[in-house]
Order: sequence, then C-alpha cells, then structure tokens
Amino acid sequence: MLHYLDTKLPQPTPTRRAFLKLSAGAVGGLLIGSVIPMRGVAQSAGAGDTLVTPFVHITPDNRVIVLSKHLDKGQGAATGLATLVAEELDASAEQVEAVFAPSNPEVYQNLLFGVQGTGGSTAMANSFDQYRQAGATARAMIVNAAADAWGVAAGDISVANGVVSGGGNTATLGELAVQAALQEPPAEVSLKAPDDWVYIGKSFPRVELAQKTRGSVGMFGIDAQPEDCLIAVTARPPRFGATLASVDASEALSMPGVVQVLEIPQGVTVLANNTWAAMQAREALVLDWAEGSGETRGTDELMEEFRALLDAPGNPSAPRGDAAARLAEAAQVVEAEYFFPFLAHAPMEPLDMTVLYDGETASFWGGSQIQTLDHGAAAAVLGLEMGQIAINTTWGGGSFGRRATFDSHLAVETATIAKAWLDGGNGARPIKLIYSREDDIRGGYYRPMALHRVRAGLDAEGNIAGWEHRIVSQSIFAGTPFESFVFTEGVDHSTVEGTSDTPYAIPDMHVDVHHPQVGVPPLWWRSVGHTHTAYVMETMMDELAVAAGRDPVEFRLAYLEGEPRLAGALRLAAERAGPAGPDGTSRGVAVHKSFNSYAAEIADVRLRDDGSVKVEKVTCGIDCGVPINPDNIAAQIEGGLGYGLSAVLREEITLTEGEVDQFNYPDYPPLRITDMPEVEVHIVPSTEAPTGIGEPGTPPIGPAVANAVFAATGERVRTLPFSRHGLA
Amino acid sequence: MTEFTLNGQTQRVEADPDMPLLWVLRDELKLTGTKFGCGVAACGACTVHIDGVPTRSCQTFLGDIEGAEITTIESIDTPEARAIREAWVELQVPQCGYCQSGQIMSASALLAETPKPSDEDIDFAMEGNICRCASYARIRRAIHRAAEIMEA
Repeated sequence: MLHYLDTKLPQPTPTRRAFLKLSAGAVGGLLIGSVIPMRGVAQSAGAGDTLVTPFVHITPDNRVIVLSKHLDKGQGAATGLATLVAEELDASAEQVEAVFAPSNPEVYQNLLFGVQGTGGSTAMANSFDQYRQAGATARAMIVNAAADAWGVAAGDISVANGVVSGGGNTATLGELAVQAALQEPPAEVSLKAPDDWVYIGKSFPRVELAQKTRGSVGMFGIDAQPEDCLIAVTARPPRFGATLASVDASEALSMPGVVQVLEIPQGVTVLANNTWAAMQAREALVLDWAEGSGETRGTDELMEEFRALLDAPGNPSAPRGDAAARLAEAAQVVEAEYFFPFLAHAPMEPLDMTVLYDGETASFWGGSQIQTLDHGAAAAVLGLEMGQIAINTTWGGGSFGRRATFDSHLAVETATIAKAWLDGGNGARPIKLIYSREDDIRGGYYRPMALHRVRAGLDAEGNIAGWEHRIVSQSIFAGTPFESFVFTEGVDHSTVEGTSDTPYAIPDMHVDVHHPQVGVPPLWWRSVGHTHTAYVMETMMDELAVAAGRDPVEFRLAYLEGEPRLAGALRLAAERAGPAGPDGTSRGVAVHKSFNSYAAEIADVRLRDDGSVKVEKVTCGIDCGVPINPDNIAAQIEGGLGYGLSAVLREEITLTEGEVDQFNYPDYPPLRITDMPEVEVHIVPSTEAPTGIGEPGTPPIGPAVANAVFAATGERVRTLPFSRHGLA
Repeated sequence: MTEFTLNGQTQRVEADPDMPLLWVLRDELKLTGTKFGCGVAACGACTVHIDGVPTRSCQTFLGDIEGAEITTIESIDTPEARAIREAWVELQVPQCGYCQSGQIMSASALLAETPKPSDEDIDFAMEGNICRCASYARIRRAIHRAAEIMEA
C-alpha cells in the first residue's frame, strides 16, 4: 500500500480548544454532519468521485477505505476500527481496507486523551461509538442515494454484505458512492442492536496480513524510499545528559557515500547515501563527550539509594484503615522486598523517521504514535505552523510504548537534522533517520527501575490483617504534558497503579511512594506500572495464601466479592485449566485488572534439567467487555504474556557509571520460540463497553510463573529477571 | 562489481564489497521486504535464501555472494512458501509483522528440508527468529498447518 508516500493531505491548524476537549460527547458532532473534502486516498485509488467522510472513503471501484486514527503496531487497531465501520455500513469483509488518518487532532483525537494518539489500550474503548457512527452515517448516505436513484423509499432499501437492494434494484456500495457523496449526511444515526451484529464478536480477518506475508513495499516507516533519500544516523552521548565536547569528522567525511556530518544538540549526525555508509562513518567519528548533566551512577549505586528510601515514609496513595495497627496485632507477618530493573522495549523495527523539508512545508513518514505531539514538536523545531506539516503515519514494527514519547524526541531529532541540512545551504532532500539496534537498546526511555517493600499480615483465621507497601521508582509522568492527568500530591499514579487501587477488598492498606530523580529518560512499557505492581501484589497474595494454608484461587476469590468481573475471569481460567500438575508441572496463579480489563493467568511450569524454567502452558481468562474480535483478543493475550514472560526471564538494562551495559539482542535476550508456552485464551462473554486488550495480558504472567516456580522449588524470586538466579 | 542471481534474474551491483547483503537489497536495490532488526545475525529478520539455505543477510557481505542464487521474501514462490503464506493468513499469525519476512523465509526452508516437522524440528529451525510480538505459538501451529496443506 503506497498511499502514504505520495499523499499530502490538507492539515487544518489545531486550536487550543481541540486540546481541551476530553469527553466523547464533546466531539461526537464532528463526525455527524461534517464531510470534509480530502482527495488524498481517492487520488491514489485512481478515482475522483468518492464518498469521503472523515473516517471512511468509498470508491467507485468498490473499495471501503477506513481511516485509522490509531497507529497499528501489531495490536490490531486498524482492523478493529475497520470492523466497526464495516459492521454499521454492512460492507463485505473483502472490500474493506485501512489507511492511517492524517494528523489532525480536531477530527482524529483519541477521545480519552484530547490529542491524536494511541496508547493505554484505549483504541477500541474510545472509538467504539465513533467508528460505528461513521459506518452508519456512510450507510445512510448510500441508502438515500439509492432511494433517489431508484425512486424507492429509504425504508425499503436494505444493505447486506456490501450489496444494496430495494424495489428490485441492486448495486454495490461503490456504484452508489458518487451519488452518495452528494447526499447530506444525516443529523442522527441509530446503531445496530448487538443481536444484529455480523462482524463484531466474529473475528474479522486482519486487513493487512497478506501484505505482511509478502514483504510488501512501503508498509513500515523504515521502508520509506523517497527518491534521492539521505540516510542519517546519529552518534549520541554514551551517558544520558552528557554533551559533545569535540568531534573530528575528517575520516568519516572522506568515506565513500558520506555526504555530510552535522553537529546537532542530540549529538553528531552522519548523512550518507546508504545506511551502511552512514553506520560505518559514524564508527569513524572521533568524539569527545563532556560530562554535562549526565547520569554517572550505576545500577548498584541506584539500588543502594533506592533501598535507603525504603526506610523513609513516602507520599501516600489512597491510604485506608490502619495498616500499622492491624500489622502490630497480626498473627503472622510476611515481609518481602522486590527489585525490578530498567527494561528496553526493543521493538523489532528500530526507531526511524523520514522527513522532506523545503523551508516552507514538511512531510514526515513513520510510526508516529502520538501524532499531535510529534506534529507540534516538529513545527516548533522547523518554525512552521502545524498546517504546513503533514505527518504520514505508517504501520509500526512493534512499539510496546516506545513510539509514543512525551518529548517527541524522534520527530524533534529528525526535524533538527532536516533544518540543519537546509540551513547549511543544501537543496531540499528527503532524509531518513535510523536507529541501529544498539541505539535502541542503549537509548533510554526505559521502563524505570523499581523497588518495592511489602509487609502484610494475617490474623489467626488466615485473613489479611494490614498491608504496608512502599515503592521507590522514578516518575514517568512528572514534567510531561500529561502530568496533570496522572501526577497528584507527589504520587505518580502510573507507579502505584495496581496497588492502592487494587480490586482486592483489603480494608487496612497503606501504600506510599518515593520518586527519586534519575538521569535516565523513563517511559511507559507495555502495561506501565502494572509491569511491577502486579508482580508484587500477586506473588504476595500467593505467599499469604500459602502462609494461611489456603488454596490460591479460593484465597483470591474471598477478596474479590465486590469485583465480579475479575472473579469471573479467575473462575473461568481455573475451570478451564483443570487439575494442577499434568506431566509433573507446577502451577502458579495470578490475576490483575488493568486498562479496565480483567485478566487471570494460570501457568503450568516445568524446570528443565539445567534448572531453567519452561512455561509449558498458560490458561487465561479475560474480560474486556464486548469482545469485538475474539481472535485478536487471543492474539493480544498470547503476545502480551509472551512479552511479559520475556522480561521476567532474561531482560535487564543495567548501568555502570551511568553507561548502559547492554548493546543488542545477544545481551538483551528476548523470548524465543523455544520459551513460548502453549496459550489457551477463554473470553468472558460480556455486553459491557469494550476495554483494553493490548496490555492487560502482560501483568499477570510474571507472578503466575513466579508462583509456579515457588510451587516447584520453594524459592521466591523477588529480584528480576529470573536469569539472575539460574532460572533462565 | 559483484554478479549474482536475485529472485531469478541476473543482478550486478557496484558497491563496497564489505556492504552487508541486507543493505545491498534494501538501499541499492530498493527491496525492503528483507528487514533490519539487529545487524548482528541475532534476530533473523533479515533472513534470505542463498542457494536455498536460510541465511542472515546482515552478516553476509556483497563480496562473498559472487555467483550465488539469492531469493527474498518478495519473490519466493515455492510450494512450501505458498503453503506457509496460506497458513499464516489462515491462523492470523502476524501482529506487527516486521519479523515475518524472516520467519517465513526460515519456515519455508524448514518445510523444503523436512516436510512433516516435529516440534523439535520447528524449535531448531525457528529459534534464530525473534518475534517481539511473541506470535510464536501461532508460528508453530501454522508450520504444522502448512505441512498439512502441502500433504493435501
């Protein structure tokens, strides 16, 4: 699909109002009643007469092109949005395709964020009504066009599987697109009753999969190949925050294919005619870095400082009851300390962004995940209005959070290079900035390091009697544009999520938190704070169940009486997992609520002869509201728990004197096929509004496996990853 | 000047003989289906067939492929590759899809060598291909399914 390479769409300048609108109701009217003229996709379809609405275009050659406002980096958002449109439009599955919407927060904002962006497992949650209404609106215009053309009452016209019928006439959606484009969009549309759904709940096939099996041209950002494109790689400081003292680029500049070397605030950029030349020349730069404000501590020093903070009271998060008093009179107290390392996202497609800037306009191509921030940041660097810039979103080769950054550092660096190139008196040329894998692994924006200490009590009857919980971790949100949503009264909610707001009915609970300053840029990593909080909560619940002599499922259910959905997911998983111990395996259980979805995972684990952990099977129960696409829900649970398992087994970024110790996959080893368990996903039937599915599979897997390891060995793993203990 | 056969056609490339085949394909020949993942032969995203053998193109150098027969994801059309693609879509294997060119090249080579692979055969052939989306359970099922398709 080549649309994005030659498409430049009009870019209305966003207003401040657009950034402030946060409720779904506030923007619903943008869709209904507004048909904006955009010819980009229609042109590339080779047709001029197309029904164009903000979210769906119908071409005379009978293609239904859904404009995905969300980046799809594997989670299936584009297919999900296409499903919603196809459902209400009554299109055939075969005629539906998806392209990415232009950057325009007025029209394409995430209704939960107020900016155009993808994250927090919100794609379906914020679009469920909006994209169904888009489909219904287009359908009404098609039906009205047919009514006019055939002299048949609109009420006597039906649409099914892409075919419009009435009064003995039939036509395809495409055949009616030209006339439909002349129709006024209806002021209101009604949506189908769930019983009438033909696609929702039925695993609509992914719209792009055939292309992904063929190496199709131009899908990913890194594949952008505009004519005459320069490749850029940047040498960045070895320590975060350090600055350039001097550079000798003479050898690099003498190498074949090298075009220019630029000093930019981010480091030193080599521009070359091909990637290999650029990377080789970067190696040849003679660089001297000044300390600057760089982080100089190592992991051990950071851990020591974090540990000291565990002894001092932190900022409380929703304390309730009197945990200290209950603990003082508890029959048993379980106390544990946990360490979680920095984690890199390491998506398979390293970061990249391509730009063409001519001094007056600029076009960007890449897997932009928060288009509005990237757009604004690029405009600021280039000194342009947002309306002079097009952000062309491409398919993302994974992200797991990495392509969404508060500071838009990739867009900023790409724009900075383009500006430096043009300001240097050169003619406009496309430039593609590429990260190597080493740039990615060593480049920061990690899941921050975290320490937890928990003291939890049991009374004589084996009931939880007081829970004190202290967390030390760098704040992800402090100082970012999203701070006010997440950071209040000294607490970054993304650090404590899953603890103080636990669904368990624990009446006497005191969670507090320290947010030390660390000179390493932190970032959300698939499921954010839940990556560590679920591990602590669920291994601690397991310890308590064992100490109380109670069954781990029954013990959890006793504290979930007010949480029927999480209890339901757990009951379903437990029922389907059957009796523990098939083939000599050991079992561990964990549940966790995140992104408004409810997940239970039951892991059956075996120890290999070398003592390493092999997870044989995971049985999952998931309640994510209306299951729009059951097969994709299963895929996201499989992938989400695989991603979480990868981290707990072997992933760890460490620092020595502020420098990252790891370089590439050999020393930051991801999960491989030999580690992957069989996964069974059971979906709790639901008519609730759809909630997240990209992330909720990740949090429970670590504790489920850790609990199974305890069952097998009697050992509690509290310092991650497992490879530190010979378990992986 | 290096001459080799690429996707059935004679190809001549004038470039640094130390340039990895990966960048020859992507930058010089504009064949971007073969992906850059790590550059150190640790992830398999850049897998191509050289004389039928799945090979990491990021650690294969232009100077070493004189006369070789190279097949990439864009053109591979063996019965095994067709069955693999069919099974990949049927079981909805890819998520982000970035690693899948390499997965498909490795899997189709496996089937060409071992038409009915066991789980151990699959582990051995596919362990070098990383998928950060962890589509591994589906990759395994789809390889078994492709073997069935081939048999039918």
